[in-house]
Parts: sequence; structure tokens; C-alpha cells
Amino acid sequence: MSPDLLKLIFGRLSIDSLPLHEPILVGTFAMVALGGITLLAGLTYFRLWGYLWREWFTSVDHKRIGIMYMILGIVMLLRGFADALMMRAQQALAFGGSEGFLPAHHYDQVFTAHGVIMIFFVAMPLVTGLMNFVVPLQIGARDVSFPFLNNFSFWMTVGGAVLVMASLFIGEFARTGWLAYPPLSNIGYSPDVGVDYYIWGLQVAGVGTTLSGINLICTIVKLRCPGMTMMKMPVFTWTSLCTNVLIVASFPVLTVVLALLTLDRYVGTNFFTNDFGGSPMMYVNLIWIWGHPEVYILVLPAFGIFSEVTSTFSGKRLFGYTSMVYATVVITILSYLVWLHHFFTMGSGASVNSFFGITTMIISIPTGAKMFNWLFTMYRGRIRFELPMLWTIAFMLTFVLGGMTGVLLAVPPADFVLHNSLFLIAHFHNVIIGGVVFGAFAGINYWFPKAFGFKLDPFWGKLSFWFWVTGFYLAFMPLYVLGLMGVTRRLRVFDDPSLQIWFIIAGIGAFLVFLGILSMLMQFAVSFLKREQLKDVTGDPWDARTLEWATSSPPPAYNFAFTPVVHDNDAWWDMKRRGYRRPLTGFKPIHMPSNTGTGIILAGFATAMGFGLIWYIWWLAAASFIAMLAVGIGHTFNYHRDFDIPADDVVRAEDARTQLLAGAK
Amino acid sequence: MNTDTHAAHADHHHDDHSHGSLSTYLLGFVLSVVLTAIPFWLVMSGALPSKQITALVIMAFAVVQIVVHMIYFLHMNTKSENGWSMMALIFTIVMVVIALSGSLWVMNHLNSNMMPIHEMTGMK
Amino acid sequence: MTIAVNPTQSGEPLFYLADEHPHPEGYSTSLGFWIYLMSDCLIFAILFATFGVLGSNYAAGPAPKDLFDLSLVAVNTSMLLLSSITYGFAMLTMAQNRIGQTQMWLAITGLFGLAFIGIELTEFAHMIHEGATPQRSAFLSAFFTLVGTHGLHVSCGLIWLVTLMVQVWKFGLIEANRRRLMCLSMFWHFLDVVWIGVFTFVYLLGVLR
Repeated sequence: MSPDLLKLIFGRLSIDSLPLHEPILVGTFAMVALGGITLLAGLTYFRLWGYLWREWFTSVDHKRIGIMYMILGIVMLLRGFADALMMRAQQALAFGGSEGFLPAHHYDQVFTAHGVIMIFFVAMPLVTGLMNFVVPLQIGARDVSFPFLNNFSFWMTVGGAVLVMASLFIGEFARTGWLAYPPLSNIGYSPDVGVDYYIWGLQVAGVGTTLSGINLICTIVKLRCPGMTMMKMPVFTWTSLCTNVLIVASFPVLTVVLALLTLDRYVGTNFFTNDFGGSPMMYVNLIWIWGHPEVYILVLPAFGIFSEVTSTFSGKRLFGYTSMVYATVVITILSYLVWLHHFFTMGSGASVNSFFGITTMIISIPTGAKMFNWLFTMYRGRIRFELPMLWTIAFMLTFVLGGMTGVLLAVPPADFVLHNSLFLIAHFHNVIIGGVVFGAFAGINYWFPKAFGFKLDPFWGKLSFWFWVTGFYLAFMPLYVLGLMGVTRRLRVFDDPSLQIWFIIAGIGAFLVFLGILSMLMQFAVSFLKREQLKDVTGDPWDARTLEWATSSPPPAYNFAFTPVVHDNDAWWDMKRRGYRRPLTGFKPIHMPSNTGTGIILAGFATAMGFGLIWYIWWLAAASFIAMLAVGIGHTFNYHRDFDIPADDVVRAEDARTQLLAGAK
Repeated sequence: MNTDTHAAHADHHHDDHSHGSLSTYLLGFVLSVVLTAIPFWLVMSGALPSKQITALVIMAFAVVQIVVHMIYFLHMNTKSENGWSMMALIFTIVMVVIALSGSLWVMNHLNSNMMPIHEMTGMK
Repeated sequence: MTIAVNPTQSGEPLFYLADEHPHPEGYSTSLGFWIYLMSDCLIFAILFATFGVLGSNYAAGPAPKDLFDLSLVAVNTSMLLLSSITYGFAMLTMAQNRIGQTQMWLAITGLFGLAFIGIELTEFAHMIHEGATPQRSAFLSAFFTLVGTHGLHVSCGLIWLVTLMVQVWKFGLIEANRRRLMCLSMFWHFLDVVWIGVFTFVYLLGVLR
């Protein structure tokens, strides 16, 4: 075939795009392929495809979508953590003339992919998944406001993840660092597909994130059960509301910035170039207008989880509910006023730097207030050291440390010294792992019995906990030291042999975290095998306080047979205390949204369009775009999107629960 | 917002959004035509002596016209959706102001600090 | 339903609704769409910010004075304003259930929208023909992107408008279609508001500069 025709069909894609010369990637591919084929064969052998498609992929049930988000987050955690291990190993080895085992070309992709994956495809899905699963239950709703949109958002997030994963074996990923600053990310310096994978992966996932944000805001505002006023909402719902407000207010900024970068790369405009009046610093400015709120998008739900866990396992009402709510709202607003602290050294001058330095320090006040609220909740409480509570205590210690180094970095002159050093790396891992990751794990351990009907195994859970916590400290405390000594981030080889010992300690820490992740996978497997022993028949295994524990574990598709009526902050606690009797008769048909495959199909076309644009396969991009438009418009011609669960089915489900409860007594 | 419950707004969902009437639409239209025409005329004829004053005046007209559109075409009021629409709007305006003025402030400072005195004109 | 929140007569608190009315279809739609518009508003805000920062970097290329034809912009603006009032008429006739008139006003709105897009494209083509391409300078990059994004929104609105006209024609002014027309109304008037910003800050202030 002529090269012109090949180019028309395949764009930039050729056999050379496959990284056959990189033994690490070939090995990884072999393992992934083997695992993938086993998985697919297993699914086919056990005839699970139909089940998965009908019950999960096309499901609009917020609980199932939430669980799928969590699975996505955990799978991507494995990928992102593999990158972390490679970096730690490389840096521990590359001393005394050794080049380590990663060539620069590969190493640069590894640290970029690590950052992108951990933020967008681990932390975001974990947080979104928990919100999706828990919020409608906590507010006594049957589903989210827009169930189809929810399914679509999830698959768009998956689409973004697929594109980022595809870059591992087809072509390459960006070598620019996780925010892809120009001019490095411009076409002149990154002519290959890496940055395009980055752009389209994030754009596809970003659509999903924004829509899911709108969806959850509406859910919380419109679908609260009777009696649940704003100030009677559980704290997790409050933090979710604020997080989704931040999502809706900040992700459009990311969309625009990436779109402008796209125009620079594809059309040749001059937004962020060095010539013709473009300004690369404008990119930095804009992307951090999104980037800083993003940090709070991740951590606010974690704060909510810790609030629920602390009050449940201390057996007390949350101390300072009102101040907790106001602190959350204040953080929401303030998080929009601090973005410049990510680039103090850019050169905006003293007045600008001091303004943003001061606003940054102010944020520590509401955060500190929250910390004291948790402490006072625990004070004189009868604390049960179950797994969620362990993660919460580890969070409180770790996060305060990370917060204090953050305040230190907020001082512009100090930042001039520490900017871009490993001190910064240690700081943000300190708050993100200590806050978001520990929060997600507390949430997983806390709500797992609600989602699946059995608790997680405490032995493997504790093992995982201790590996994670010790591993974290061993891995990141040395980075503080190194950062103070002036070691900058993203280095591949080192000259000064005296630094090596710190990197070796950090490497050991990373390995302990690896054991922590393995123990967690073990925990899931063991708990599944011991599910009869760990079974939760009551629906309320922790003697908890909020509404999600009023229904069965796992909850029926309709969540609550009758819409609850709320009188108190801790609605379920109040119901238990005042002798609530579960209704046994009078069930009616329940109106629910129907499943649809449109979401996954649309997201599939969006992903194909992204792939076409990345490789300049214009026909693919155009065809998928038109297909997307056609399917989307076609979907609006379907006016029958819901059905009634017959009263008989409700009776059957509720009777089964009655028997379970009777057996438990 | 402490008192809104489902019970309170379940029964009037149909008229959450008033569609306005012929007279309000026409009034809005006339106002917006006037508020568009005057700035165009000011700039095209150069009626005001100073460019700065003209700039300030047309910006003021833009703000007024945006408010007119909000009220007469988008039917904004403090009651629809129990005030949540208005709340979302106010929050958005705050965000827009922060992002716009913040970016201009930061980038102007950057330019005056990091570039030669005749910064942008120097690039011509 | 309001009594549900309070204890029942017997003094025992009520913990669930025995007799429940499900939320009507589309219960959250108008709020959800409004929030979407707010996020869209931020998209434009960032494009305005970009234009504000980069809009005077001509890179020795053409400046607004050399490019903008204010009378053409005035004509274009009037197209959009007229389409706004005609959409308003469509909504008023929809409230009175006059399906034929609704369709007519929607069609007229679409024609004005089409005229707007046509004039904008002519303007762009003229500028590009004169060498004022988006690649020429940061000012032109920002200009084409901001105004073009608005135009793209109007084009999406037109596709949506046609879809809705087909749906009204096939299924009548049913509740779902009314809700959709209401959403498009918000979208259309929102684009109007954005255009006020565009003609003031890009065109008028640009020519003043």
C-alpha cells in the first residue's frame, strides 16, 4: 500500500509505535495480556457476560455505579503504584555512575503517568464512587437525580482511563510532568503522541466528572427525604455537596485550558507559545485555578468520611456539627483564592505573593477547627478500634503533619527555597495519602458491609493498615530530609553518594506500602471466602447513626421500601433510640429508572474519537463524533425511561429481610 | 434554606419556572435594544471625548443589559427552586470575578515584573 | 404532606411516609440544567480571562481597529436579540398550547440563529483572507477561540432546536417536550448574555483601544 493511503487509514500509527524495544513494557504487556485473556476466558466460561451487561454495565443504580467506580479506582491504584515502585527503585539505584534501570525516555513517562493516574483515575474514582454509593442512601433517596447521566459519567471516566492505559502499549505517554506545562508540552518540544494521550484522556474523563458533579448537587438539593433540612444533613453529604460544587466550578477551567493547549498543538494557535505574544505562564495560572480546588475536591469527602467514622466508633454525636459545616463551606470558597501558591517563584512580585500566601495560611484555620472537632468527638467517647477508626486516627496524625509542612510552604520566601524540591513531594503525598487515601480506605472498610452484606476481615485489614502506615512514614520522611538538602523532584540519576541512604530507606517504605496493598487484596479475597462468618444480617453492623444503616445490607434496588422521615441530625440513631419499628405491610409498587446501554455506547464512541485524534486518524475521529451525535440524539427520542417495581417484589424482598432479622435475634 | 423540605415544594413544581408574559418579554426586548444601541453609537460616533469614559460607560451598559436579560428572558428571581438558582448564580458570579480579576492581576504583575518597561509594545 | 414532618396525633413520631407520591418526572431537570449553564459560564469566563490577558499581544500583526467592522457586529447582535424575543414568543405560545405557532416561532428563531452564524462565518472568512488567522498572534488566537466557542454553542443550540421541533411535531407539546423547550430557552438566552460580554469587551472595547 502507498504511504499516503496508510497515513489516511492509520494516521501516525504504525508498527514502530509499539514499544517492542523496551523489555520492561513488553514484559508488562505479556503479563497484562495473560491476565486479561484469563479474565475474559473465565467470564466466557462462566457465562457472565450477559449478567455483567444487564446487571452492571447498563445499570443506572447509583449503588452499582458507585461500586464500579471503586473497582476502577483500585485497579488503577495498582497501575499507579507500579509506577511509584519503579521510580523509588530507580532513584535508590542510580548512584555512583549507575544509570539505574530506566532510560530517561521511559522514566519521564513513569513519573507523569504516576501523577496523572493517581489523581484522576485513583483518587477521583474512589471519592466519586463513595459519594455515589453513600449520598442517596444517606439522604433517604431512591437514586440520584439523573440516573442515566450517572451511568454515562462513569463510562466516560473509564474511557479516559482506557486511553491512558492504552498509551502504555501503543505509543507512549507524556513526558512532561502531571500538569503538562508548556512550552515543554507544545508541539515543538513534544511532537509525539504522549501529550495528546494526556489531553484526550483527561478531556474524556473530565466530561464525566463534571456531569457527575452536576448530578450529585441536584440529588442533594432536590431529593432529600422529608424532614432533612440542610442543617440536618449528615456531614458526609455536606462535604459531598461542597466537593461537587467545587467540581462544577473548577473542571470547566481544566477543560478550557486543555482545549487551548490542544489548539496550540493541533491548529498552531499561540496561546502558550513563546512567540507571537503567547504566554506559557498563562497556562500555569489557569491550570492551577482548577488545580487547587481539585485538592479540596479530593479531601473534603475524606473529611466527611472521618466525621461519620469518628462519631460512629466513639458512640457519640459529632462534636460541633455546625462549625463542621461552616468550616467546610469556608474551605470551599477559600480553595478558590489560593492557586498562586503553586507558582510563587513565577515572579508576580511581592504584593501578589503575599496575598496568596496569607489566604493559604488562612485555610489552615477551618481545617484545624475540623481536627479539634474530631478530637472532641473522641474525647470521653467509648472508642471502638475497628478498622475505619484505625485509619481515621492514622489520618489525624499524618494529616496534621502534612498540614504543617503546607503552612511552611505557604510562606513565599520559604517556598523560594523549597519550590520543586522533594520537600514539596513529601508534603503533598503527606496530605493526599494521609488524607484522601486513608479516607478512602476508612470509607471502604466502613461501608463495605453495607455494599456487600458482609464485613471485611479485620486481620488482613490490620496487617494492611500497619504496612501502609509504617511504609508511608518510611517512604516520605526521607524525602522531607532530601528536600531540605535541596534535592529537586523528577531527577533520574544522582551524583552525591551521601544521598543514597535516604533513597534506599524511601524505597523500603514503598515496598512496605506494596505489602500493604497486597494485604488489602488478600483482605478482599479472605473476606469473600469467609463471607458467611462475617455476614451482616442487621444492616447496621457498627451500631451507626445515619440513614444508610436503616436499610438492609446490601440495600434493595429501591433503597427504602418507604421514604424515611427525619427528625434529627443522626437520623438512624434517633430512630433506634425512639423505638422505630420497621414497617411490615402496606408495600406499594416503586417507580424506578430503567437500565440503558446508551451510556457505555456513547462513552465508547468518545474514547474512539479520542484515540482517532491522538493518532491523527481523522476518519475515525469524525465517524465516532457523528456516531456519538446520532446515538445521543436518538436517545432523546426514547420517552419511556422508567418502570415500576411491582408491590409483590417489594413484599418478597422485605419479607426476606424480616426473616433474616428474626434469625439474628 | 433551613426550612425547605420536599413537602414544601412538591406541590408547586409545575410553576417553578414562570414563562413570563408578552409584556415582560417585549419590555425586556425594548430595553435590551436600547442598551445595545447606545454603546454601539457611543463607540462608532466617538460622542464622548475621552476613551476611558466611553469604556467605563459601555461596561456599565453591559452590566445593566446582563441584568435585564437575566430578569426578563431568563426569569431569574429569588424564589425559583427555593432560591437555589439564585444561590448558584451568585456563587458563579463570585467565581467568575475571582478567576477573571485574579488572572488579570497576576499576569499583569508578572508582565510588569519580568518584562522590560515597554513590555508589550516592545514585542511589536 | 407537610404533616409528615411532625409527630402524628398520637404523639408517636412518624419515621416513614406510608403514602408516598414519587417525584414527578423531570423534577430536578431545570435546576440541573441551570447548574450546567453555570459551569458553561465558567468556560466562557476563562476564555474572557485569556482574551483579557493575551488580547493586546498583537505580535506586530493586525489590531482590532484594523479588523473589526462594528456595523456588521451590530447587525449580528440584532440577529441574536431578535432570535431571543422570537424564542420568547415560542415559549408564550407553548404556554397557551398553540402548537402550530410554537413551531413557527421556533423556526423563525432558528433562521435568526442561522443568520447569526452565517454573518459570523463571513466575518471570520474575511479576516482569514486578509491574513488575520488564528495563528497570526495571541490576540487573534484568543479572539477566534472566544467568539468561535460562542458560535459553536449557537450551532449546538440550532441542532437542538431542530431536534426539538421534530419531537414536538411527532409527539406534541407533552410535558417532557415542554421541559426540553424550557431548557433550550435557558440555553438560548444564556448565549445572549454571553454575547453581551463579547460585543462589549471584544468588539467595542477592542475598537476603542
